[in-house]
Amino acid sequence: MQTAIMIVANYPLYIRSVPTQGELKFHYTVHTSLDVVEEKISGVGKALADQRELYLGLLYPTEDYKVYGYMTNSKVKFVIVVDSSNTSLRDNEIRSMFRKLHNSFTDVMCNPFYNPGDPIQSKAFDSIVSTMMVQAF
Amino acid sequence: MDQGSAAGTGGTLISLSDSEQRCYSGLYALCQPDSSGKLAAGKVAELFRASQLPAETLHQVTEVCGAKRLGYFGCGQFYGALKLMAAAQAGLPVRLESIAGELPLPVFVGITNELEMRYPNQPLTNESQSHILGSVTGSAPRPPADRPVLRHPDTSMDKQEVWSPPQSPGISPPRSPSAYRSYPYGAQRNGTDTLLVYEAKVPGLPSVPQENSSPSHYSLRLQPEQPVITRVASVERLVERVEVDYSDDPWRITEEQREYYTIQFRSLQPDLSALIMGTVAKNFFTKSKLPILELSHIWELSDVDKDGALTFPEFCTAFHLIVARKNGYPLPETLPATLRPGFVEAAVVTAPPSEKIGSVDLQMTSRQGVTTKQEARDESRKPAEFSPKRIPEPHEKPTQHVSTLKPDSPQELDANMKSRTRPRSYSSTSIDDAMKKVEEPPTPPPRPQKTHSRASSLDLNKLFQQSGQGSRRSQHSLSAKSGWLPPPPALPPRPPATQIFSFIPGSEKSSQKVVQQPNFADFSKFREEETSVRGGLSTEDLTPPKLDSTVVHQGHAPQKPVRRKIHPESQSATPPSATPYSAATLTKSTQRPPPKQKREIQMAIRKNRETNAVLTRLNSELQQQLKVVHRERVTLESQLELLRPVAST
Repeated sequence: MQTAIMIVANYPLYIRSVPTQGELKFHYTVHTSLDVVEEKISGVGKALADQRELYLGLLYPTEDYKVYGYMTNSKVKFVIVVDSSNTSLRDNEIRSMFRKLHNSFTDVMCNPFYNPGDPIQSKAFDSIVSTMMVQAF
Repeated sequence: MDQGSAAGTGGTLISLSDSEQRCYSGLYALCQPDSSGKLAAGKVAELFRASQLPAETLHQVTEVCGAKRLGYFGCGQFYGALKLMAAAQAGLPVRLESIAGELPLPVFVGITNELEMRYPNQPLTNESQSHILGSVTGSAPRPPADRPVLRHPDTSMDKQEVWSPPQSPGISPPRSPSAYRSYPYGAQRNGTDTLLVYEAKVPGLPSVPQENSSPSHYSLRLQPEQPVITRVASVERLVERVEVDYSDDPWRITEEQREYYTIQFRSLQPDLSALIMGTVAKNFFTKSKLPILELSHIWELSDVDKDGALTFPEFCTAFHLIVARKNGYPLPETLPATLRPGFVEAAVVTAPPSEKIGSVDLQMTSRQGVTTKQEARDESRKPAEFSPKRIPEPHEKPTQHVSTLKPDSPQELDANMKSRTRPRSYSSTSIDDAMKKVEEPPTPPPRPQKTHSRASSLDLNKLFQQSGQGSRRSQHSLSAKSGWLPPPPALPPRPPATQIFSFIPGSEKSSQKVVQQPNFADFSKFREEETSVRGGLSTEDLTPPKLDSTVVHQGHAPQKPVRRKIHPESQSATPPSATPYSAATLTKSTQRPPPKQKREIQMAIRKNRETNAVLTRLNSELQQQLKVVHRERVTLESQLELLRPVAST
């Protein structure tokens, strides 16, 4: 089962997938989903911290996975990609995951040694994300 | 131990005095002799380091006492070594002949201190002696436990990295020391390798203890842990606390460290209860030259409230982590319990020894899982070994670190490094460097302040010259020119004077102010005289064109002398003012470091020469004026006499 969490600020800041191969596919997914995010943002007035579900079962029938998006006030987008086979995930769980992600992300931002725009290399952040992924998926 | 065993050195019999014997036997016990009398190489190495002798000397000592030949330190070799070290510390060459006579006891910086701490209640005529007494009594239970210690290194000598990956963050630091520890043991067996290894590590240390004795003092404190731990019953509360501090070693902040951190915190943020902003802290910690990634990790570990700013405990934690990292300790994944802000604040004696022992137990169990042949190991003995292991092993890694750090750090190191204690021996050089490094940013090096005085001296001299020239010009005006320029020449001096006034506030030297103020006094006096001169001269202005009329002459004549008088006065005044000033500058310059002193003196000399030239010129002109005036006077008098008889008749 492949899952991935990506943080994108119009360029990838952080990408993590559970089976670490096939990241390229996730890159592609993220890029396509970014367009959808923009679409949704322009459509909905100014609903910050929107959590949206992207087209369920949108992509190729061979790899059907759900892409969830989340955008912060500073236009940083979090994308979670999960297999469609993993139907046990409820929307609330995804929302809580996004909330945790956002909290960890702000913690990373608080670190004065982190330059915004750098890829996130914080080990603490990594560990939080890993535990989250393990728990959820 | 016995006096007869002191004979070992190369067959020569060396006699020990009572005090020496006591001291040596205590030290011998301290070094964990095993059943056959061989001493633990690690302890011996630490003891040698504590003697603060250069590595070369220690190498010689080991050679002469026979330990190198034998490959280990037996009782005799050890005693011989101690005597040789005493000789070396007394300045004698390291030879057998040197130790034939009576020598003062060798001084071991860390050992005596730690022993003092351990036996604070014992009256000490000679520190080491009474300490040894206590240690001797305590050492009895130890030797049997030492046996497995020695055996362990034999087997695991080659497996320096034998420890399994730490199960807890607290264990990862000790892991490295264990590897180091096996070095000396293995080397001990080979004989030569030990000394090489040991020497490699020693150079780091002697430089540090010389800089600052407290680090070695601190580092050696770890040594007594072994005997102390076994003798829990006899240990006082204070000692226990010290033990606790040290045995949890890398991740515990000592008092000295805390003081240092406090000072650093204050330099960034005077209020201890306030926060250091993230950017400020970033600039500060970036100076430690750690990679940004590690600094970022350290920040994440220490900023527990995740507010982007550091409170004082968080700052201490971060600083401590940086220091530890600089000394080669791998960064933990999570914050060690001892560094948590909550723990850090409770730096009082209340640190529970049970906690320490609990953590020690944890370490021990992990250790035991890895080391072979550690049968029947006394649980409490393990932490004792851990601490020295922990100390030595990072030393091996940081020696490279230190060697690379040292080139960087000396430049960054600040001169005003406070006495810092190091948590462990290895940290001697690197922590010093790290500390210095971090210290240096807060306190910029003192700026040479010569410029001020020099500038002011220049100004004053210039002023004097200008005023001198002004007066000279007044002479010229007397002879030919109508325009009297004293006021203009006086003006230029004034602004520089004001400049000098502004210099005074800017100057960082109070002495400078003192110097300048008398000069100002002189100068103001001079200016006053100048104004009076000017007054006199202004009247002269009117008179010079009317030199022909007798009235004018007469009027001129009295004024001339007046002016002349005033002027020489001013002239005479200025030299005095100049001389005190130049003297002052000279004296000031003598206070400066020689190169600047020379320059200043040369400048002053030049200025004085110039003023001298001006003055001599003035003098000559005045003399000529004097002659002219004399002649006029003579003619006038003769005319008067001619007229008077006519009038009288």
